Amino acid sequence: MSVTAAGAEAVPLGKRIRRFMSDRPLVPLVILLVLLVVALQILRPGIVNERWIANTVKFAIPLAILAGCQTMTMLTGGIDLSVSTVATMAAFIVSTQAVEHGPVIGVALALLPAVLIGLANGIGVGIFRVHPLIMTLGTSLVGIGCLQVYQRTVIATGTKVPAFLSWLGTGVTGGFPNALLLFIPVASLILFVLNRTGFGRLLYAVGDNERAARLSGVVYWKVILALYVGSSLLAGVAGLLYVGLIKAPSLSLADPLLLPSVAAAVVGGTSIFGGRGGYTGTILGALILTVLTTLLTILQMPEGARRILFGLIVLLVTAAYLRIVEDR
Amino acid sequence: MLETTGAKKPVTTNPILDATGVAKNYGAVAALRNASLSVLPGEVHALMGANGAGKSTLVKILTGAVRPSGGRIQIRGETREFSSPGAARRAGLVPVYQEPSLIPDLDIASNLRLTRTPVEPFAEWVRELGVNDLSLGATARDVPLAIQRVLDLARALAAEPHVLLLDEMTAALPADLAERVVDVVRRQSAAGRSVIFISHRFVEIAAMCDRATVLRDGETVGVLKIETGVEERIVELMLGAKIEKARGVTHGARSTATVAGPPRVAVRNLAVGKLQDVSFELANGEVAGVVALEGQGQDELFEALAGARKPSAGTIEVDGAAVRFAHPADAIRAGLALVPGDRSEALLMHRSVRENIALPFSAPFRRWGPIALRKERATVTAAIERLQIDTRAQREVQRLSGGNQQKVTIARWIAAETRTILCFDPTRGIDVRTKREIYRLLRELAGQGFSVLYYTSELEEVQHVCDRAIVIFGGRVVDVLPVEIADEAALTRAAYGLPRQSEVAP
Amino acid sequence: MIRLIRRNAWVAGLCVLFILLAVTTKLIQPDYGAGDFGSLMRAVLPYAFAVAAQTVVVIAGGIDLSVAAMMAVTSVTAAAMMNGASESHALFVVPFVLALGLCLGALNGFLIVWTRVPDIVVTLSTLFVFQGVALLILDAPGGGAAEWLKGLVVGTVPIPFLPESVTAWIPKALIVLVICLAVVWIPLRRSQLGLSIYAIGSSELAAFRSGVSVARTKIAAYAIGGLFAAMGGLSLTLSTGIGAPIPGPYLLASVAAVVLGGVALGGGKGGLLGPIIAVIVLRLVRTDLTLLAVDPNATTIIEGLIMVIVVMLGAFLAMRGRTR
Repeated sequence: MSVTAAGAEAVPLGKRIRRFMSDRPLVPLVILLVLLVVALQILRPGIVNERWIANTVKFAIPLAILAGCQTMTMLTGGIDLSVSTVATMAAFIVSTQAVEHGPVIGVALALLPAVLIGLANGIGVGIFRVHPLIMTLGTSLVGIGCLQVYQRTVIATGTKVPAFLSWLGTGVTGGFPNALLLFIPVASLILFVLNRTGFGRLLYAVGDNERAARLSGVVYWKVILALYVGSSLLAGVAGLLYVGLIKAPSLSLADPLLLPSVAAAVVGGTSIFGGRGGYTGTILGALILTVLTTLLTILQMPEGARRILFGLIVLLVTAAYLRIVEDR
Repeated sequence: MLETTGAKKPVTTNPILDATGVAKNYGAVAALRNASLSVLPGEVHALMGANGAGKSTLVKILTGAVRPSGGRIQIRGETREFSSPGAARRAGLVPVYQEPSLIPDLDIASNLRLTRTPVEPFAEWVRELGVNDLSLGATARDVPLAIQRVLDLARALAAEPHVLLLDEMTAALPADLAERVVDVVRRQSAAGRSVIFISHRFVEIAAMCDRATVLRDGETVGVLKIETGVEERIVELMLGAKIEKARGVTHGARSTATVAGPPRVAVRNLAVGKLQDVSFELANGEVAGVVALEGQGQDELFEALAGARKPSAGTIEVDGAAVRFAHPADAIRAGLALVPGDRSEALLMHRSVRENIALPFSAPFRRWGPIALRKERATVTAAIERLQIDTRAQREVQRLSGGNQQKVTIARWIAAETRTILCFDPTRGIDVRTKREIYRLLRELAGQGFSVLYYTSELEEVQHVCDRAIVIFGGRVVDVLPVEIADEAALTRAAYGLPRQSEVAP
Repeated sequence: MIRLIRRNAWVAGLCVLFILLAVTTKLIQPDYGAGDFGSLMRAVLPYAFAVAAQTVVVIAGGIDLSVAAMMAVTSVTAAAMMNGASESHALFVVPFVLALGLCLGALNGFLIVWTRVPDIVVTLSTLFVFQGVALLILDAPGGGAAEWLKGLVVGTVPIPFLPESVTAWIPKALIVLVICLAVVWIPLRRSQLGLSIYAIGSSELAAFRSGVSVARTKIAAYAIGGLFAAMGGLSLTLSTGIGAPIPGPYLLASVAAVVLGGVALGGGKGGLLGPIIAVIVLRLVRTDLTLLAVDPNATTIIEGLIMVIVVMLGAFLAMRGRTR
């Protein structure tokens, strides 16, 4: 008991593999990504080229940002199911307001409901202790209702995706998608917050062991409130980018991204129970899911099968994770 | 109806319950090594042992709540293995646990239906036990705790068990109900039924038990007939060879020079949980020991001092000023921090040693920004070195040994320079070397003017680290022993509410 | 008697609320008649079954996020099987679909017990899986329903010795609802299983110590939830005549009605009557808002807000209960 477990001599193989996986969770993810790309190339020779890569990255970026919301909330043992609604709201508002008020005010107006929904989520989860899943689902429903009302007031105006957003969403400069201009700072910020700030530490702490965090003086509701507001803002930004990519604002614009955003975070090694994971894995997870979607499209897999697959991925990865943790 | 068979004394001497060589391992930890318990028909048998001796594990095994890793359990000569509490119940072994096992949201009648207990005998037993105004329609949650225990007992009795197992049955009962229970238990034995009675109260054991089995460190160390003066012998058995060992130990602790000014922490008439009225002071530069049997409310006391629980009455003063903690953050600001006994309550098991130690730094809102990594590393490294934490496996705290994990929880508060550390059984389940290091460290801290409140379940530790021992029993401080006389025997007697030895036998 | 009232105070309060709302409705719309009440009850039907499904699971201390998805699966299964088939074929479809719901629910329970993954995560995953299954069966709203089945929820039925002015206010949908719920709930409530469901919800440890098989009871609770969800799915198909693969807003509505109906999230408390009345109240609020000529989309907002506030209140009360 008094000897630390650093010595590898007596550790069985299975346990060693598990340790390797939890120390370097990115290696298997990269391998999986490469395998998927290879499979794609075999199924459709010649598909993998520069344009395809740029395209994949373009579609992976909004997903990766939304998955960032899931990663951060999941680190605390929560989840944010309102991200798709928030993203849709931001996208729709910017498409209707930016024409009249210019891009700056348009973006500000678009992110306002994001902050409000984030506040509501944070208050519900942090203070009233509603389960995050139920709470975010509820605010999402209210948000959709508001958006529907809003839609009728602007029916005369019509929608127009601002030019700078389509440039950002679809443009490619020198082989690199312009979306990277937004994504690289956003991703760096998330990574910096998670790894190098006190707030990031607290996210891990609250999710790993809420009681321990409390005994160390961490005030739960403050952390959670800040977290959900941040998550919502991020979702709003993702929505702005996504509408630039899709170019057709609708009331269910970002809905298809909700489930993949959860799956990307889970696949990327973030535990739905909290305390474990990181954003690098999530980015890889988003890439993997984007490639997987392409693969499924090529295989002519219907939408239903895709949902089943994603649902099973979440369940299996979570169950497998539980086994790994329990088997110490 | 039971009285009809009452007069006959059992003729057979074959035990009705016979457990031998029972063992239970939790991972590498042996909770029970070689426990045996043999109960004769019509006998009231006491099961005794100090904290952590394995009583509760043995009870769980006997009642089917936990499966043993080894050993044999026979009921009336037949080897049985209980896979669930239901199976044990059907075999005629019915327990009454320390916490009531009535379903809180069901009414009494439904609770009876759930365990298929006949209502008539139950109602009869309830009256017999001195509760006259019970309504079967009452929800269990609304019934006072003491009455719930009585109902639990009545339900067990109505099942007409061969062996009745009572775990600390009288602990939460007022005196009149406790008397009734003792009475009923005695009559059970007269009716030829057996009772296993687990209790800390010598008075009751003397009043109704025939024999006692004593456990120590997961082993049965003696079976005694209950007669006058047997208490001393039981205490001796519970302590074992430790008595001799303890006497040879030189006191690691020494009384510090009294510091002028108000005490660091003063607790006045505090009521929280099971504690009714506790008062004591903790001086600057002092390590004060808290000694109590399991479940006397010591955990609630520590939680209240750490701001994790609100006291129902009384005051806490820090440096002479009354304080009120709404959150542990308040306590930490006042310089009080808890090192809980269960390390899994204190540590972020999946995070690194460094993050664990640095956690309190990030807690206040103004520290949420970027971390000054170099400064943090310096502080943390200093704490790690001071505690000599083995950091070979520092990526995840869960991979450290128990001793090193405990050092991390202490290092956290040393790095934060917390002036008062509340250690709740910090050496539970860790190796001897680390224990020594922790003792030394705490003494060092005291020497620098820090103060420590130290609860321990291992009484010999008191003389290694503490300056005084505050003994709590029955919700109150019953004695404060200076370290010179606070050896294991004296502390055990005090913790059981017995008077100091010098006052009984010169 | 006093105790009876006190114990059912919550339900009584809901009844009063219902009556107040009914009076309000009549005041807003003086010619609100039996026909309108009938259509209200038809609209309530799927919600009520969703709430019943959620109630059983919540009483057992769990939560089922896949309620709406199970309704979608059973709805499209029924619609696809009855599409173009003979009227009598429906006689086989109904028990088949009910059994399907039972199995889906049992699958949820089994996965929770077996994988030891928290209920909320398991049912979130199966929510997606069931949605996918529903889409595989029908990728767009379609299918059909037997005429006699559709007739089951439309109109009224003459009851002997009751004047027509009374029976007009007892729509078939209400009768179907009451019968379906009673057939399952009343025997369950009186059985050892029902008692065990309350027991594991109230305190898993105490239930285990009382000799209840926690795993089996949990699976049974989810299975019964699945059965109610199947009834909800069937009622969807019956009232619309087609099956819709995209789940409606039944999940949040079911959780909100459960909380409003006096069933504590966390388990062990409450009954079925409260949540059912609660869901009718929630629907009636919607009717009143519509009658007040509030924008139907704003109605969604108000409805959503009511649900969110109710759920927050429920969680708050549950938290207070825990710390007490």
